[in-house]
Amino acid sequence: MMAAALAFSDLTVRKGGRAIVCGISGHLKRGAVTAILGPNGAGKSSLLHILAGVEQPRSGTVLLGGAPLGTLSAQERARRIGFLPQKGEVHWNLAVKSLVGLGRMGHSAGRSLSQEDEAAVVAALAATDVTHLSDRSALSLSGGELARVLLARVLAGAPEWLLADEPLGSLDPAHQLAVLKRLAMTARAGAGVVVVLHDINHAARIADHVVLMKDGAMLADGAAQDVLTPDLLEAAFSVRFRLVNDGGRRLFVAE
Amino acid sequence: MRLNLSLLGALVLAILLSLLAGRHWIAPGEWLAGDLPSLIITQLRLPRICLGALVGAGLGMSGAAMQGYLRNPLADPGLFGISACAALGAVTSIFFGVSGVPMALPVCALAGAGAGVMLLVLLAGRSGSLILFTLAGVMLSSLAAALTALVINLAPTPFASAEIITWLMGALTDRSWNDVLLALPLTVAGMGLLMLTASQLDALSLGDLAARSMGVDMAGLQRLLVLGLALCVGGSVAVAGVIGFVGLMVPHLVRPLVGHRPSALMIPSALAGALLVVVADMLVRVAPVVSEIRLGVMMSVLGAPFFLMLLLKMRREIA
Repeated sequence: MMAAALAFSDLTVRKGGRAIVCGISGHLKRGAVTAILGPNGAGKSSLLHILAGVEQPRSGTVLLGGAPLGTLSAQERARRIGFLPQKGEVHWNLAVKSLVGLGRMGHSAGRSLSQEDEAAVVAALAATDVTHLSDRSALSLSGGELARVLLARVLAGAPEWLLADEPLGSLDPAHQLAVLKRLAMTARAGAGVVVVLHDINHAARIADHVVLMKDGAMLADGAAQDVLTPDLLEAAFSVRFRLVNDGGRRLFVAE
Repeated sequence: MRLNLSLLGALVLAILLSLLAGRHWIAPGEWLAGDLPSLIITQLRLPRICLGALVGAGLGMSGAAMQGYLRNPLADPGLFGISACAALGAVTSIFFGVSGVPMALPVCALAGAGAGVMLLVLLAGRSGSLILFTLAGVMLSSLAAALTALVINLAPTPFASAEIITWLMGALTDRSWNDVLLALPLTVAGMGLLMLTASQLDALSLGDLAARSMGVDMAGLQRLLVLGLALCVGGSVAVAGVIGFVGLMVPHLVRPLVGHRPSALMIPSALAGALLVVVADMLVRVAPVVSEIRLGVMMSVLGAPFFLMLLLKMRREIA
């Protein structure tokens, strides 16, 4: 299990003379959902960017299965770590199917898609409930449809690690729950899922592990039931939360 | 594939038709009969047509690559200021009266393109930032235009000014096989480099962050693109002067036919660019006017309204 971990130590990020992330360390496991929580500007996205290898920390290291992230080829990194950015950009009027096919780039290396690639695309379209949109053009989709198509793009690559930055932003409640369920299933299937979330109850619903951040530092890092407590949440968000037991499910209500 | 074959077929047809057409029409049966017709065909029309196809292919693919990289359907090789810098180099050689020396003008044009590219990279830094890159290109192209105007202004004789202005308009008139031999390696090498960027341009359509996570090395991509553009655009300016709008119009027309995929756009854009320039040059030759219309002028006359139409269409889409 050790070999499959994503570990980071002493990560520091500075932007415009300000420390965004200051010296944090942690150890994420595959087969589990890790939620990164924290108020705006806590450094959640920066941490995710560094783990995805799209941003370089000023100092510190990230180890993927024991090997420094920087020593992997860009293609191997892309194949093993799938990253879903917060802002879903699509610039050309691509058909949904070929957009999701881009998720196979790490496997196909610019060649046309193999049968295996095609099968992965079909499976990913079904997994996010967008099969019926296959032939639509990406620019004609609603925000929620596009968000699910972009998630399908990452799932199509079948990465060992799925890193998603606020994937629920433009979704209605039904699709929010469907996407959360999909993330949990991806983790059950053996991938490591790391997801930045805003809603504490969404985190409580799927996270096995929670990283709580504030001002670039790690406030808490541990099993979900140990971190999601009214005291720690108040320390992070500066709001008092009441814990409500709703038939076995823990709900957090801001007071 | 079918699109490529149709475009190739159309290009071959256009080239054959173009061999017939001109101030004197020469029927196929007479192509190799007699000294004069065969001279016109092999030493005048054929090199001119080959050059047109090369220049068009290079500019068409440059436009496709640039639009993909900048994710902007209004981008054109001129935007980077590379063609303006190449033109400045060529014009400077005319100014100093060395344009008569063999190879002086093309070498100066390539040097101009190379210098433009290097300035662009220095200005935009190694970040690969899109906005910085575009702004540096805009700055560079206005600087080159200003310096070109200065050269015309300071030209020692009215003849030199006239020569510069005529040259700036861009044409394929009186080109020889030597010009083809000059443009061929430059354009082929440039297009080869641009083809290496194709799949990375696809990833870029999901934005910088997603592209980087998909394994795109932004700085490396920028290097390939800049070098490929310099060779294609510099090579074309060296032999034909400034021919604008090919890189704007062609990818835009071809894009819907390839499902809007940047990588699938590259080769059809090269073929369609070649087709466009060969046909436009043929029209220029057969047009019943006293002095031949310059190809560059013809292209701008076609291109500017096209640009306007594109803008109006985009405005409607935004509204």
